[in-house]
Amino acid sequence: MLSYVIRRLIQAAIVMLVVAFVSFSMFTFAGDPVNNMVGQEASQEDRELLRERLGLNDPFIVQFGRFVVNAVQGQFGLSYQLQRPVEDLIAERMPATLELVAVSAVLALAVGIPFGVMCGINRDGWFSRTLLTVSLVGVSLPTFVIGIFMIYLFSVTWGLLPSFGRGPTVDLGWWSTGFLTSGGWLALIMPSITLSLFQTTLILRLVRAEMLEVMRTDYIKFGRARGLSNKAINFGHALRNTLVPVITIAGLNIGSLIAFSIITETVFNWPGMGLLFIKAVEFADVPIMAAYLVMVAFVFVVINLVVDLLYFAVDPRLKIDTGAAVGRLS
Amino acid sequence: MATEPDIDVRAPSLLARARDSDLWFSFTRSPVVVVAASVTALYFLAALLAPLISPHNPFDPGSLVYSDAFTPPAWVEGGQATYLLGTDDQGRDILSTLIYGARISLLVGFAAVMLSAVIGITLGILAGYLGGIVETITMRAADVQLTVPGILVALMIDGVVRIKLKEWSAGGGFIGDMHETISLFVLIFAIGLSDWPQYARVVRGATMVEKGKEYVQAAKVIGVHPLFIMIRHILPNVLGPVLVLATIGLALAIIAEATLSFLGVGMPPTTPSLGTLIRIGNNFLFSGEWWITFFPCIALILLVLSVNLLGDWLRDALNPKLR
Repeated sequence: MLSYVIRRLIQAAIVMLVVAFVSFSMFTFAGDPVNNMVGQEASQEDRELLRERLGLNDPFIVQFGRFVVNAVQGQFGLSYQLQRPVEDLIAERMPATLELVAVSAVLALAVGIPFGVMCGINRDGWFSRTLLTVSLVGVSLPTFVIGIFMIYLFSVTWGLLPSFGRGPTVDLGWWSTGFLTSGGWLALIMPSITLSLFQTTLILRLVRAEMLEVMRTDYIKFGRARGLSNKAINFGHALRNTLVPVITIAGLNIGSLIAFSIITETVFNWPGMGLLFIKAVEFADVPIMAAYLVMVAFVFVVINLVVDLLYFAVDPRLKIDTGAAVGRLS
Repeated sequence: MATEPDIDVRAPSLLARARDSDLWFSFTRSPVVVVAASVTALYFLAALLAPLISPHNPFDPGSLVYSDAFTPPAWVEGGQATYLLGTDDQGRDILSTLIYGARISLLVGFAAVMLSAVIGITLGILAGYLGGIVETITMRAADVQLTVPGILVALMIDGVVRIKLKEWSAGGGFIGDMHETISLFVLIFAIGLSDWPQYARVVRGATMVEKGKEYVQAAKVIGVHPLFIMIRHILPNVLGPVLVLATIGLALAIIAEATLSFLGVGMPPTTPSLGTLIRIGNNFLFSGEWWITFFPCIALILLVLSVNLLGDWLRDALNPKLR
């Protein structure tokens, strides 16, 4: 067990190092940061002094080391465009994104699982077939198109829901939340549906496939032979056994939700990290881009790690053959 | 005099082989797929013949009539027959911009898929055939890249190339006009590079299977150069799954392009793709000019849905397990 944990930790650390290296190389692409920091009238000596002070004359590997050390402490330097520490900017925007992602994840599970079970139990019913076709269309719809259609219907035509921003928020120390006001909830409706739609179809299809699989097993047949009620079989036995892969996928997809929130936030002008990032890409603001990449990769790596370790803890078969476990989950 | 036997001893022509294949049979049996294929073919035709069939030339500033800006579709009150789907804020005919937009979307999608397929196939075959350090490095790189979603990788590459461009343009390296061509290449590059791990994984797996087969062993024994074995013998046998991946990849690449353009880091408004058109139209959603964004959205959905359906069908049709 311990050796497995240590090996996974080392793997995760290597992945993070590679990501850090990639984001650090973006700085070298960006050219001389000194030009971004001093005015035109700065003399050659001043520039040289600044270069020395910023450590830009050090060898590459030393600079990279410094970047990693700072990144571990959550420091990513000043934004070129906004002239403020990147970590502050991200911390300001993080609550908006995380609340959106959390609501979307809950929504995707709450809609995807019941409908998936329904499609799995009743695979040839007209409702299941319709739902499956609709879900294929759902996969083909780009996120932003869904958002635009919703804005047109609910904001422009019917004027029911706000089309941009978070609505009124309440500050709880460093965390500003939209959960405590009705306006905040109203503003959340369309963005969270837009963001969750793809995940919902994914979970629906997954649950359906798993249910179909489980329904063929002997213990379900045995349960029927014993005369258990349909409800007990479907939800007590079948669903429970489908949940492990579903939770895994849902967990792994939290990272994708954060990444895809870039698009949703742009459509709805949601003041989160994604909007900050897309502006940074537009204006070539490297420190923000680097920090965002490192952060999202970190979320992914941590989730991957936790899921792997949970699997290991839950499934005793993996303890015998750890090699297979790594192969299966990586 | 001996009569010729009635049997045609010539090898069947390619056309006849195609007509008798399982693939064609299953194709003609599913009406949805036929429709999807027709729609896709229509898009390709429209994209190829854009200058011939589009009713107006939307990119010739001289032909634009500014008083015609914001004309609604022809069947709506105030619409004009010459602008079937209406006009945008600059008086450009929506139908024509759609045709040209689809052209760019398809071009970027295709080129990006080609790029990722070529990179993925090359690395996949090398990794699968050579094994060892090549395999470790390639597959680890693929793993790392797959930890983050493709769209994020594409955004990052797009951003980095933009930084470089900014530097050049600051140094007077290129002038306005090249911007459009460069955006095109940036998009192809970004989307193409974000999708290669899929191909590499599949091809590596298939290569490892083929590697153990007798014909490869035989080729090795008679001393065929490894490079020749990979290209001439293994490559044709691993292309089946690649074809399926590429079809679905085309839909994904079109979505990715539209997304990047919609986010404002793709094609510029002067040579819009479908995503750019949606972005432009989105600004007028609230002032009631719904058609400027509505029709590009529909065009995009229709294109992606058709290609997706084709891909789905191809995957099932080429899957020997489902025969």
